Amino acid sequence: MCRIGAIKSKVPFHPSQALRLMLPQQEGHDNSGFAMVMQDLDGVFAGYKDKPLLSLACTAHGAKLAEEYMKAQNFVRDFEWVPKIDRRPGLDIKAMPLYMFRCYDYPEEYQNVSWQEKEELLLDTRLALRRLLEKDDQGYVFSFWPDVLTLKEIGDPSDIATYFRLWDDNGELMAKNVVTQCRQNTNYDIVRYAAHPFFIQGYTLCANGENTFYTKNTEYQRSLHRGYNGFESDSQNFLYTLHYVLHELKWPIKYFKHVITPLPFSEIEKRPDNKELTAIRQSLAHLEINGPNTIIAMLPDGRMMTCCDSKKLRPVVIGGDETTKAIASEVCGLNVVLPNRNPELDVYPNEREVVVITPELEVQRWKQ
Amino acid sequence: METIKTLDITFNDLNWKIEYSPERCTMCGSCVAVCSFQAIEAGVERHSKTVSTARQPEPVQQHKAVPVIKQVNGLANACVGCGMCEKVCPNRAIKPVRNENTRAGVLGRSGGTPIKRGGRNNLIKDNTLDKIVVGRISQMTDPSLDAERHTFDILAPFGRVLTPGELPFSTAGGELKLNSSTPPVNWIYPLIFSDMSVGALSTRAWEAICIATAYLNEKHNMPIRMCSGEGGMPVQLMKSEYLKYSIIQIASGHFGWNRIVKALPDMKVDPAGILIKIGQGAKPGDGGLLPAAKVAEHIQAIRGVPKADLLSPPNHQGLYSIEESVQKMHLSLNAAFKFRVPVAIKCSASATSVSVYNNLLRDPYKICGGNEVSLDHTGHPVVSKVRDCYQAAVKQGRQGQIPLWAGGGIGLTGNAAADAFKMICLGANGVFISKLLIQLCGCVGNEHGRCNACNTGKCPTGICSQDHRLVRRLDVDKAAQNIVEYMLAFDMELRKLMAPIGNSSLPVGRSDALVTTDKAMADKLSIQYAC
Ligand code: SF4
Ligand code: SF4
Repeated sequence: MCRIGAIKSKVPFHPSQALRLMLPQQEGHDNSGFAMVMQDLDGVFAGYKDKPLLSLACTAHGAKLAEEYMKAQNFVRDFEWVPKIDRRPGLDIKAMPLYMFRCYDYPEEYQNVSWQEKEELLLDTRLALRRLLEKDDQGYVFSFWPDVLTLKEIGDPSDIATYFRLWDDNGELMAKNVVTQCRQNTNYDIVRYAAHPFFIQGYTLCANGENTFYTKNTEYQRSLHRGYNGFESDSQNFLYTLHYVLHELKWPIKYFKHVITPLPFSEIEKRPDNKELTAIRQSLAHLEINGPNTIIAMLPDGRMMTCCDSKKLRPVVIGGDETTKAIASEVCGLNVVLPNRNPELDVYPNEREVVVITPELEVQRWKQ
Repeated sequence: METIKTLDITFNDLNWKIEYSPERCTMCGSCVAVCSFQAIEAGVERHSKTVSTARQPEPVQQHKAVPVIKQVNGLANACVGCGMCEKVCPNRAIKPVRNENTRAGVLGRSGGTPIKRGGRNNLIKDNTLDKIVVGRISQMTDPSLDAERHTFDILAPFGRVLTPGELPFSTAGGELKLNSSTPPVNWIYPLIFSDMSVGALSTRAWEAICIATAYLNEKHNMPIRMCSGEGGMPVQLMKSEYLKYSIIQIASGHFGWNRIVKALPDMKVDPAGILIKIGQGAKPGDGGLLPAAKVAEHIQAIRGVPKADLLSPPNHQGLYSIEESVQKMHLSLNAAFKFRVPVAIKCSASATSVSVYNNLLRDPYKICGGNEVSLDHTGHPVVSKVRDCYQAAVKQGRQGQIPLWAGGGIGLTGNAAADAFKMICLGANGVFISKLLIQLCGCVGNEHGRCNACNTGKCPTGICSQDHRLVRRLDVDKAAQNIVEYMLAFDMELRKLMAPIGNSSLPVGRSDALVTTDKAMADKLSIQYAC
């Protein structure tokens, strides 16, 4: 099982905070990997917030392939940040030879197009790079999006942090939002793409538990959108559903929960919006989840959301103070990063509840 | 010696031979009275007997004329092995035994007519569904549920479902609002009492199924629906509140349809659905036939026909394409019920079922409801056909839009819940059962040539006969009770199957929950192979 967490703050913070959130929850993961998505960046990326940022782990040949591809597409590299690696022996990490984070200028012909068109371009570019590097395992493209950075690696989370010098809070790598996960790999092969958080067009999501409707979800999602691919993890389904409901169908956020964990028919019947809820339930029956899961999602506008399955088989807790809020599978993580918060105000959402943290750090809760 | 020619048909040429012990028989006559096929009769035989009548044993051998029960020679009165004689004999003196040297298959076509049989297929050697097991059992990471304690959402759609993008939604203030109506969809129990017509079944059998349906709905809150056959419906039922539990079938024979139309203004409630039969595996080639023998007076009334052999042609005459029939349905049935009642198509499992299904998926009218694939003797086995249909939908991302209902062989070995569960994991939304129902009403037929005389009007259990002497044999209340009890057990079993895989709603298409030890089946159905 994985442990998942997120921190959202009014002031930029360093990823070591995310590690401090996750490591106390170590009993619940097996040290088989660490991954995080940072959004609303600061530090070295502060000046490039509107430029799409490519997060890439690859071989030297892979780097060359990616570079050539980006050139051919008329993307112009503007800035690059390469983590200084700590190669001390004995670290438990299956590292790739190169890690690079590059900001690009949009191709000339895309400078003045609508944001919608840019969104499609960015997605297509990431998918193309992924296909290109997939051959012979030349590399992994985790995200290509403005103001979003993704780092994923296989190994012991604290060793991974040492390797990337994530413990050294030197102000280079900073963000106001981080979604992170330490994983326990129980089901699938350990591959980098299988580590959440997953990302598509501004939506980030990580989940723990098992998606028992993985096959159903996957079979349906494959034909919904070209960006719904990979399916290395049964948690990707949640991201694609989130993206589909919010980005494709453009439904209000509260309907996401109605799609993944629809109310029982007997309850729907009693509600004033029963026509709408029935229509949603029957039309999106194949996006339902029906196992033990909690999700943490980050939306393009910086809102964070969490909810769990309809039987609350995987818990989650939200807590914080005026400047910082955090979400974690276990409260021990919160106690480390936010020791001075008032724990009485912590929120343990129930099986029908959705909790959203707004950019102003307001905690909104509602029942489905 | 009786003069017998070798070409004479005697009982050892028939499928069943009567085993009779004259020394046990008291000649009470019960067996002869009960045999609806006149396959046995009372007679006299000359037996060699050793008798001793004195005080001391003084055995003498005598030849005596003794009264016996004899099997009648000849095809017309062939014993069908129903076992009624055995059931009623107080002395266990008589029983039918299968004749493995039967010549009936060869002789049965005498007179130049094909062999007729009841609704049972005699070819089934083994059951596909029994080779599939639920291989996914929850472990620590995906906890199982408790079949008794958790609530389960056991419902299935009957009706056309729109894609999410087609839903007529508008957004205002963070709320979705449906702006116009969508095609009617009824969420019902994932098992429908299948279409067996008035005429095919006796009034009592029909009544028993109706009572069970109403009881399950009203006392047990199980929204079970019962489908009429194509033989129309008793007008009384159409005008009653109970119509809401019924799906009305219309088929190529259009029997009783004028009465249905006439009853429309008097209907207090809408029926649960309309099922248009465009094909049925049980009646290949010729279509269905209700022999004149079964067209009793009340059947003539319900169907609006004279006493004659009633044939429902294999196709809808005048409809030459699926598109055309879709249009016709659109015009007539939806309009008749003002678009409030889902209209579904029933087709047989055959080489073309996937094409039919694809047509429904793509049809521009968006009016078709469910799709049932039924199978008996001819055509494809239903399991892989349903799977093929589901996968055709998956390919187009349209799964769930035309709900798939599978009929044919469900509960064949008695385990309808397991069968239904497996069909659902393979992609069906629900199942139809029929033979199981009549078995619960006491039918003694099986797939190995026992009885299967449903077409003769001589049903020994009174289920599918219109002869009131036979019909009286059926205890309506007991039959209804059997059905109710089976369904309650079915419901619990379904929960018990859902619980260990950790699902509280139906795992439609959750094929990863299944495994099979048969490699070819694993490949065909795209499920896991295990050994
Ligand atoms: S088994 Fe049935 S058909 Fe045969 S003799 Fe007995 S009652 Fe008649
Ligand atoms: S329904 Fe009647 S005639 Fe048909 S197989 Fe059953 S018992 Fe025999």
